[in-house]
Amino acid sequence: MFYREAGQFKTNYAADMAVFPILQDKIGIALILTLALVVIPLAGNAFFLSVVMIPFLIFALASIGLNLLTGYTGLLSLGTAGFMGVGAFACYKLTTIFPGVNIIVWILTSGLFAAAVGVFFGLPSLRIKGFYLAVATLAAQFFLQWCFIRIPWLYNYNVSGAIEVPTRTLFGIPVTGPNASPEMRYYVVLGIVILLTWVASNLVHGRIGRSWMAVRDMDIAAELMGIKLLPTKLLAFAVSSFYCGVAGALMVFLWYGGAEPEVFSINQSFLILFMVIIGGLGSLTGSFFGAALIYILPIVLRGAPSLVGLNIGAATVEHLTFMIVGALIIFFLIVEPHGLARLWQTGKQKLRVWPFPY
Amino acid sequence: MDILYNIFIDPFVQMGSAPDLLVQTLWEGLVSGVLYALIALGFVLIFKASGVFNFAQGIMVVFAALTLVGLYEAGVPAILALILTIGVMFVLAVGVERIVLRPLVNQPDIILFMATFGLTYFLIGFGELVFGGNPKVMITDQLYLPRGSVEFEMLGGFVSLQKIDITAAVIASVMVASLAVFFQKTRIGRALRAVADSHKAALSVGISLNQIWIIVWFTAGIVALATGIMWGARSEVSFALQIIALKALPVLILGGFTSVPGAIVGGLIIGVGEKLGEFYWGPLVGSGIESWLAYVIALGFLLFRPQGLFGEKIIERI
Repeated sequence: MFYREAGQFKTNYAADMAVFPILQDKIGIALILTLALVVIPLAGNAFFLSVVMIPFLIFALASIGLNLLTGYTGLLSLGTAGFMGVGAFACYKLTTIFPGVNIIVWILTSGLFAAAVGVFFGLPSLRIKGFYLAVATLAAQFFLQWCFIRIPWLYNYNVSGAIEVPTRTLFGIPVTGPNASPEMRYYVVLGIVILLTWVASNLVHGRIGRSWMAVRDMDIAAELMGIKLLPTKLLAFAVSSFYCGVAGALMVFLWYGGAEPEVFSINQSFLILFMVIIGGLGSLTGSFFGAALIYILPIVLRGAPSLVGLNIGAATVEHLTFMIVGALIIFFLIVEPHGLARLWQTGKQKLRVWPFPY
Repeated sequence: MDILYNIFIDPFVQMGSAPDLLVQTLWEGLVSGVLYALIALGFVLIFKASGVFNFAQGIMVVFAALTLVGLYEAGVPAILALILTIGVMFVLAVGVERIVLRPLVNQPDIILFMATFGLTYFLIGFGELVFGGNPKVMITDQLYLPRGSVEFEMLGGFVSLQKIDITAAVIASVMVASLAVFFQKTRIGRALRAVADSHKAALSVGISLNQIWIIVWFTAGIVALATGIMWGARSEVSFALQIIALKALPVLILGGFTSVPGAIVGGLIIGVGEKLGEFYWGPLVGSGIESWLAYVIALGFLLFRPQGLFGEKIIERI
């Protein structure tokens, strides 16, 4: 009824190819941005911001990174957490060696280190495909995690073997370390996520994104059409690892405030792969949906029994959470194998023709 | 120069000077290789017949072992517990086919892969809920499995072999041989291979997909039970065991996803390579290289044979 494109005429190609072609979509995105920028920091308490929103945004960023590789280029990767770790440790080294430079600069720079590592481990992707490639990226995951434990230089020879995030300020206000307020950290994370999402959106809607998708659909055909496979696949690895690296740096600096190598274990990689697949392969919106579902759902499930007044032991709740999450993954895959993003599309289409069925 | 000497010469000098140690390391490598191969076998079975990359094989191993020990602790005699566990694995196979596979037929591989992930989560939660998260001791004696070790005097030293390892090797060989016969010679085996080639063509000649899937998952369940007993007897039955599923992945890609003998050869190569690497080269870079060496070995093989050692040649058409 209200979600309809009737009366909105396109007079040039640019308008027709816009990311948000309909006025209502533009209003929608503006509403979401206002919500994220104004309403949530004002209305949410510190707990909500630091336990729900910041991790959600960071996971969404990592999912976008993996989605660029797996969803758009069709290269299955299980090394996400390893690349995130590279970002985190690079950021830590950079900011302890050069404490004077703004932390935001280092967070973004550390992505470049992750990108370099990603390109190196992406090299086998030219010869190896499908699940075989997944195992190749597992090599990256386990090798990197081993490095984080075995190379003391990376964590400045700390006795604990973990990294402690020092306090860094932005315009005199602390953004990292124990004194940083949740609001400040939230704004920094949100700013970076919005910026990088915008960049990713432009990438996938442009020439690069189209060549990625051509490679995904059939790489030999893409090659015959003149797409050079080596640069295209390696670029996908580089960009994807850059996003994961930034997400890893954000995770350690603005969420955990310190990290052990176990944070970047294989389970983290699987978690992000879940988010990408449940959200929808090849969809940026889907990455946000997936992150929300996979990250926030267990929190809700853990809190639910006490909310409704049931008295169940913590261990039982934990086990039940596992069971429910597992069952829900299967359920969502059966209902919509293309992920939540496809459900969202279907919903929008239904809304467009409402009240008629089609 | 020094470092080159340490990498290329010194380990071999060590091997030559203490051949008994080398034999011991080789043996340990072979044993862990056999156990990797057992897990890989479960993967290969399911992948061959349904094209599903079954991530849940690792948790199935844990689940089967836990069920066995849990039943025994509940007062069921060991042999009856074994039979009941086989029954549970059958129920699991039927359940998976009905609830997970049937609605997802004809979906892309990665979706089915994800579904087995969901299954893994579910089984972890379910297993912990029913049997508790504490590690359990495998009922080795009650299943008449031998314990202790035999020592040989050879090459100027002693080599000690665990009896349970020898048993594991024997059981693995028997299983592989019988599976090979089952695949090649029986009616059901032929049907399984037909399904692996093409779901549609198999359906059109009257092979019931659902039935085949139940059989395959049930067989994989039995393989998981055998693996669980063997691994459980070597260490203990706990949820940490499920990460051995990840160890089976390099074995799989080395041997090729579709090849039963490949799983065995791959397992042996990975097992021996890992142990030799850890023992002779590990000290050079700090220990713990076992965690990734297997993947690097597999990666090295893959660069030359992208389909694995025994995999079917990948032919791509436009």
